[in-house]
Amino acid sequence: MEAAVRVKDSLPAEPAPAFVPGPPGTHITLRKLTKFFAGKPLYENFDLDIPKGRITSIFGPNGCGKSTVMNMIAGLIPIDGGQILFDGKTLRETTIGYVFQNYRDALFPWKRAIDNIRYPLELAGRSKIEIERRVSELVASFEVKFDLVRYPYELSGGQQQTVSIMRALAPEPEVLFLDEPFSALDFEMTLFIRDKLQDIFMKTGVTMLVVSHDLEEAVYLSDYVLLLTKRPTSVSEIVPFTAPRPRDISTVSDPEFIRVKAHCLEVFQREVRR
Amino acid sequence: MNASMKFDSSKLLPLVGPLVLFLLWFWVVWAKLVSPVLLPDPVVTLEHLFVSVIQGTLMDDFWSTVGRTMKAFLIAAGIGVPLGVILGSSERLYRSVEFLIDFFRSTPSSALIPLFLTIFGITDVNKIAIAAFAAVLVILFNSAYGVMNARKMRIMAAKVMGASRLQIFRDVLFWESLSQTFVGLRSGISMALVIVVVAEMFIGSEQGLGHRIIDAQQVLNVKEMYASILAAGILGYAMNVFFLVCEKKVVHWAGK
Repeated sequence: MEAAVRVKDSLPAEPAPAFVPGPPGTHITLRKLTKFFAGKPLYENFDLDIPKGRITSIFGPNGCGKSTVMNMIAGLIPIDGGQILFDGKTLRETTIGYVFQNYRDALFPWKRAIDNIRYPLELAGRSKIEIERRVSELVASFEVKFDLVRYPYELSGGQQQTVSIMRALAPEPEVLFLDEPFSALDFEMTLFIRDKLQDIFMKTGVTMLVVSHDLEEAVYLSDYVLLLTKRPTSVSEIVPFTAPRPRDISTVSDPEFIRVKAHCLEVFQREVRR
Repeated sequence: MNASMKFDSSKLLPLVGPLVLFLLWFWVVWAKLVSPVLLPDPVVTLEHLFVSVIQGTLMDDFWSTVGRTMKAFLIAAGIGVPLGVILGSSERLYRSVEFLIDFFRSTPSSALIPLFLTIFGITDVNKIAIAAFAAVLVILFNSAYGVMNARKMRIMAAKVMGASRLQIFRDVLFWESLSQTFVGLRSGISMALVIVVVAEMFIGSEQGLGHRIIDAQQVLNVKEMYASILAAGILGYAMNVFFLVCEKKVVHWAGK
């Protein structure tokens, strides 16, 4: 017994496990991800491959840690074990954008809307000319029709969330994270922002990861719906939805949309009852 | 007549209180409820205030009190705000000095006047030092709390954009704490004024509203005493309003 302990002590630190890349087209790899909450595992040896240049929605029962897993990938919550890589790079070497659910608490009210959008570019140390070029590019592609020289609190909810998304996209991120981006918006603005996101996605092809609590929304926007189980959380199923873009009102009544949504709901209910 | 010319009588409501007070004061004097040796008639008092401002030395005393209060306040703000923000950004650091701050914040600063006398002697520096000491802790503790209660979401937003600790401090924490800092600055300047006036009364001085008030009282010049008290009140009120206006300008997003 004692000898065994000594042997273990004298061993060099456990070598990092060999990196197992995902299938071709994978962008983000989660390997043996572990996270404890209040002494209980929320995630244990959780593996996941998130595809590149696709929109993936995360959907699952309450408390399964939808936002937690996204925040761990985005580096906002520390992980207890495992490895997260972006095309084999660490988070530090990767540019990301993040859109929060509550735009009111996420934008900087002491900066004008346009300065909020400039801020990540300033952090990245871009030159003044570059910043102005990028901002006018964003303004053009978002077809902004409101005054960006105003302060965030002078704008409507939808306008504020538009500014949040522009800020997140400003540094041309490799991954865009969206944490329930519509839940603080009214129906009209939800439709508007949803189509804006699809538009941006079609123009840029940026990898998007969306946490959603609305299944219809998730399916409508996504190429893949990631369905999670109750805790300790694992992947229940990854459901593809391949309807062509741009998707619009007619997509929602498409038989394939209805089938995929019904299937997701079935899997979800099975997980909730378990 | 157009609508905008119409007089809005509700704007006069704030004047009701002072008016009632003056009528009450007038009545008390008129009914001889209080000896005129102790309480002069309000009109005489206001008149004396006016004359002292125009012809007398009241403004000299007024400005010397303002000067001391501002000096004490600037020292207190210069130390209190940066130190508060630094302490607040590390919860562990703040917790380790919290007791000291709360203890000295709860100690009446006037209790320390004799101590400061032995250190600084009967000087102007003494008055400013003790007022600054009284104000600095209020300012420091408010700034620290402003930083500690900063919305986590904005810090996370900056973090996810790749901001360093220093950049988060400069671009988020500082701004988040401003609203609370202004609460501290306002309490701080009131505190400084209180201590300056007390110090002017009891630490031999040639000028200042405190000195003027106690001098008038010593010779039972009640007109002078009440006029000087009113002047001190006007000063305190004006300082508060000034800071409220500044706060609205600087922290324009508060409550929105």
